[in-house]
Amino acid sequence: MTAERAKSRYSAMLRIRASEEALQKLFADGRIPGFVHLSIGQEAVAVGVSSCLRDADTVSSNHRGHGHTLAKGVELEPFFAEILGRETGLCRGRGGSMHVADFSKGMLGANGIVGAGLPITTGSALALKLLGKGDIAVVYFGDGALAQGLVHECINLSALWSLPVMFVCENNGWSEFSPTSRQMATSLRKLADAFGVEYRAVDGNRVSEVAATAETLVAGMRKAPAPAILECATTRVRGHFEGDRQDYRTASEIQSLPARDPLSLARAEMQVEGVPPDWFDEVAKQIAVEVNNAVAKALTAPPPIDADLAAGVYAGMGSK
Amino acid sequence: MAEKHFIRAINEALADAMSADERVIILGEDIAAAGGSFKATRGLLDRFGDKRVFDTPISEATIAGVAVGAALTGFKPVVEIMFMDFVTLTMDMMVNQAAKAHAMFGAQRSVPMVLRTPHGGGLSAGPQHSQCLEAWFAHTPGLKVVCPSNPIDAYGLLRAAIDDPDPVIFVENKALYAKRVEMPEEWPQIEIGRARVARRGKDVTVVAYGAAVDWAEKAAEELARDGVGVEIVDLRSLQPWDETSVMESLSRTHRLVIAHEAVEAFGVGAEIAARMADVGFDELDGPIIRVGAPFSPPPFAPSLEAVFRRDANDIVAAVRRTLR
Ligand SMILES: Cc1ncc(C[n+]2csc(CCOP(=O)(O)OP(=O)(O)O)c2C)c(N)n1
Ligand SMILES: [Mg+2]
Repeated sequence: MTAERAKSRYSAMLRIRASEEALQKLFADGRIPGFVHLSIGQEAVAVGVSSCLRDADTVSSNHRGHGHTLAKGVELEPFFAEILGRETGLCRGRGGSMHVADFSKGMLGANGIVGAGLPITTGSALALKLLGKGDIAVVYFGDGALAQGLVHECINLSALWSLPVMFVCENNGWSEFSPTSRQMATSLRKLADAFGVEYRAVDGNRVSEVAATAETLVAGMRKAPAPAILECATTRVRGHFEGDRQDYRTASEIQSLPARDPLSLARAEMQVEGVPPDWFDEVAKQIAVEVNNAVAKALTAPPPIDADLAAGVYAGMGSK
Repeated sequence: MAEKHFIRAINEALADAMSADERVIILGEDIAAAGGSFKATRGLLDRFGDKRVFDTPISEATIAGVAVGAALTGFKPVVEIMFMDFVTLTMDMMVNQAAKAHAMFGAQRSVPMVLRTPHGGGLSAGPQHSQCLEAWFAHTPGLKVVCPSNPIDAYGLLRAAIDDPDPVIFVENKALYAKRVEMPEEWPQIEIGRARVARRGKDVTVVAYGAAVDWAEKAAEELARDGVGVEIVDLRSLQPWDETSVMESLSRTHRLVIAHEAVEAFGVGAEIAARMADVGFDELDGPIIRVGAPFSPPPFAPSLEAVFRRDANDIVAAVRRTLR
């Protein structure tokens, strides 16, 4: 049972990693328009948290949202098609990497505005609480977002109203090109304390640890709606966006990254528990095929061509 | 026949919408226990309970964002922002989130929320409690904007806004809150995007919305004494606005004045004037004239606010100028 879970989490992480490596290459080849922010090195957060979620739970995300999206069960081909700007994309090519959403999976959207996911997810949590089925809402955001007033407003409101929202902070130490130490005079732990909200800190690169802690929090939230904060120490391996040369990072920081790789850490743990090397080879092969097929299919899809852009602006009557 | 106050019409529209659809919830500062700063939500907490009517902390950005998230999760939230001046704090949620979601997510979901807010001056409330900022929202693809001029329209437009699948900014002029009308047998249904010809006249069209419709009525009475016939088009809906009705009226009168309480520069009137100068060019026998506030923050001192605010006299002067 534990081994099965570890395997499924490992596969989910590898699926994200392989997808983002494919995106990395597509970007380098000039096939992805716009910005791409990769979450390589942070996969354990999305997978650890999502392993405790069900379809009716909602999640929302930030600019670095591919992992959160795929971990919630979104299919690969329409995911790639969206990022490639194709008509068959999840958002029909209207959103792109920073706005991938899949409402059929409770994925309320990545977001291009730092911190904006918090109130939206808090509102989703209000709706889920009113529906009364024990579903919860999860918002992923970075350490850089902590400086946004919305974070404070939403922790306050969700505490006042006992809303089932889990605030998951991916603390990778960076806000674009600036270290978080220059952005934030306090810590999330202290904020949680100030508002009386349950807070846990985990090694966000150890998926088993993220999952175990998230499981405890989620189980509590389903029973008695209340907010919780999960702070995950993690590592941004790539630049802020693809094309970022990262000359502001020290060599020693970059050299320390491989030892913190969430996939390697999970594999080491699983091998101790007796998962044989063959299994890892096999799953890597399967996922490579799955990702390659999805990318190939997405690439054959046509770009959106819509003479009437205004037609999609409103659900109801059009406008001027 | 019973008379209805504007504020009472808002209250009844909220209550009726909440009775008709249990997905309608309302949120705002001091709206539940206290019944709202202008009493628009009085009695709703008692009637619908604290799972439908929410007092929020003073966190406008979060109130608006919570409405977006609840709307995306199947509810129909109506939020009250106490003064329109405070919408500045909701701008990201309205402009980047609510307005964009339908288009940006490829029509997977819309955001059926309403943001109600009072605009307008005349109360010496000063520069941060008097502004009319509706043009900002009308400029944003994805948002709808309505602004009723009387209690009957207030009821009908609010019901339409709550039923609408898209985010609607519902603007209430504070000066109209105490306005009463004779109630018809039943509240009529009103469609967003449809103007109303409030008065027939052959010589000039005055397009107005909100409190400016009253100024136009007064101006029309005065001009009628000189034999000038004023046709008043009450826009009701600013985004989308009823270009067809304005055009039809212009092709009857051939002269156009556009009046609003908001600052004239870059306002709703500018858009209407520009469109009519284009599609209505052949119909125009005089310059299109706008009546709007001067380019200044609303001042506090009553003596200065009187200079800042437009009224019927300004419309009379504008009509005389275009007829010259
Ligand atoms: C409101 C807003 N301000 C600034 C930006 C530009 N920006 C994009 S990502 C980012 C840094 C965010 O850092 P963090 O939240 O820690 O996320 P990370 O990139 O580290 O995953 C900034 C400043 C933005 N997108 N939105
Ligand atoms: Mg960061």
